Amino acid sequence: MTLHAEIHRDFGKFRLDVELDAGNETLALLGASGSGKSLTLGFIAGIMKPDRGRIIIDGLEVFSSEKNINLPPQKRRTGLMFQNYALFPNMTVTENLMAGQKLKNSAEVADMLTRFGLEGVKDSYPAKISGGQKQRTALARMLLSCPRIMMLDEPFSALDSHLRFQTERELLNVFNDFGGTVLLVSHNRDEAFRLCRRIAVIHDGHVEIVGTKDEVFSDPKTRNAAILTGCKNISRANFTSEGKIFASDWGIELQCQSHRNDTRYAGVRMHSITAGQNGANTFECKVMQVIENPFSFTVMLIPKNSRENVIPIGWEMDKNLWHKVKGENVTVSIPPENILLLRE
Amino acid sequence: MDWYPLANSLRVAFISCVIVFFTGIAAAWYTSKLPGLVKGVVDVILTLPLVLPPTVVGYFLLRLFGPRRIIGQWALEGFGIRLTMVWYSAVFASSVVSFPLMYRTARGAFETFDRTLEYSAKTLGLSDTYIFWRIVMPCCRQGILAGTVLSFARALGEYGATSMIAGYTPGKTATISTAVYQLWRTGDDVHALKWVLVNLAISFTVLTFVNLLERKETR
Repeated sequence: MTLHAEIHRDFGKFRLDVELDAGNETLALLGASGSGKSLTLGFIAGIMKPDRGRIIIDGLEVFSSEKNINLPPQKRRTGLMFQNYALFPNMTVTENLMAGQKLKNSAEVADMLTRFGLEGVKDSYPAKISGGQKQRTALARMLLSCPRIMMLDEPFSALDSHLRFQTERELLNVFNDFGGTVLLVSHNRDEAFRLCRRIAVIHDGHVEIVGTKDEVFSDPKTRNAAILTGCKNISRANFTSEGKIFASDWGIELQCQSHRNDTRYAGVRMHSITAGQNGANTFECKVMQVIENPFSFTVMLIPKNSRENVIPIGWEMDKNLWHKVKGENVTVSIPPENILLLRE
Repeated sequence: MDWYPLANSLRVAFISCVIVFFTGIAAAWYTSKLPGLVKGVVDVILTLPLVLPPTVVGYFLLRLFGPRRIIGQWALEGFGIRLTMVWYSAVFASSVVSFPLMYRTARGAFETFDRTLEYSAKTLGLSDTYIFWRIVMPCCRQGILAGTVLSFARALGEYGATSMIAGYTPGKTATISTAVYQLWRTGDDVHALKWVLVNLAISFTVLTFVNLLERKETR
């Protein structure tokens, strides 16, 4: 199963220009709210019409502005699970499952109820069941409609955090059984990383970068991708000489492993800073603030020799480590291979 | 006492209510999907009968349905049907006047309807007809019901446009509201009061019915 989508639409204040390709895999669309990731799903499902472009699902052209093709959503067979699950409130769980199904094959419905552990609530209305049960009902309903691709819009946003971990694993099983193309919209890097093989970072209506999750996390390439993958330390930066950049927001010069002319920012993940002197990029820093997390410490640092009014750098570490090194001043190193070179 | 006005009023109100139910809902459903500016214009036109004096509505209806006017002449010459001064003339008047009530209430209900339900149903392959009757309508039933009752009540009480297009002919076009006016005008206060009491009883019943339904709904 494959998906090819080129979607262009001008909303006036906002432009969407998205190009995507996906095979038999789970692809995450990672983006901040308002970036156009949910809209993209709407266009693929046929709920909205692009100004121009083409969408091909499994070799079938469902939209083409050139050939004047625009199949209605009913004929596209794309499963789309909404953020709020969109269960029909006037129907019971069983009726919700039956509604998506033309054949009214009750054996299949019964199997689904068992598979998703919904027998106990099969005659309940959506308002009376838990968030997890709602999500499973929506999934079961979607699978019964035999979609050619599955699309999920922020599947965990309506769930309590303690439920997310378990439902994430359940969802992974569903994806594996399905075996086809799955698009998962998320703004949460952890979810995207755990559930998907590849990640497309969407910002301001276009795909900034696409790659395997390891590529995207180890080299996000753009400032927005770095932010979305959880990089909290970002400074304006530019190369001063071969392999050396000056990070102006931190007031320090850093040695890097590679050189990229379009670099405008430098990023350092909070946990990739090391304690003590470890080769290049060692700095004596003043401790500005210590934040205690449940299982770690985040320490805000300002390099000693830097100029006034710089932005502190966050350093996250194990509780044990902090107890060993803590003081008014600490010496830390930023390994050159851990510096992310980012463009706008 | 001649009960014709009651039967005629109920008949007229019931038929208008059925007409307005379908046309009002259809109009509400399609305008709620229109883009901003067009929606505004269409909305003004469809709501106009609510704010116009009923006599103005009656004037427009006579301009269209009168025996020598475009629609009236066509019906009379083509089918031999008179459209004015007969009992069903009152249906035209009541329908036009009560239409905005159905349209507005239904549109309000449709606008608060969670569109993702419709979208999700579409991706599941459900037809637009199924979605409308089995998902949208049940979800909006309170608004629809309120609109239906309001338009029924409005149709029942319609006087201005009705008196112009249907007139008052005892036993032919008389409705409760036209009867009350005629009886009072001719000094038959006793009968006028009787019809006033009948009208009060009907209105009271309708409103109690609505309140009961609403209470059931919230529970």
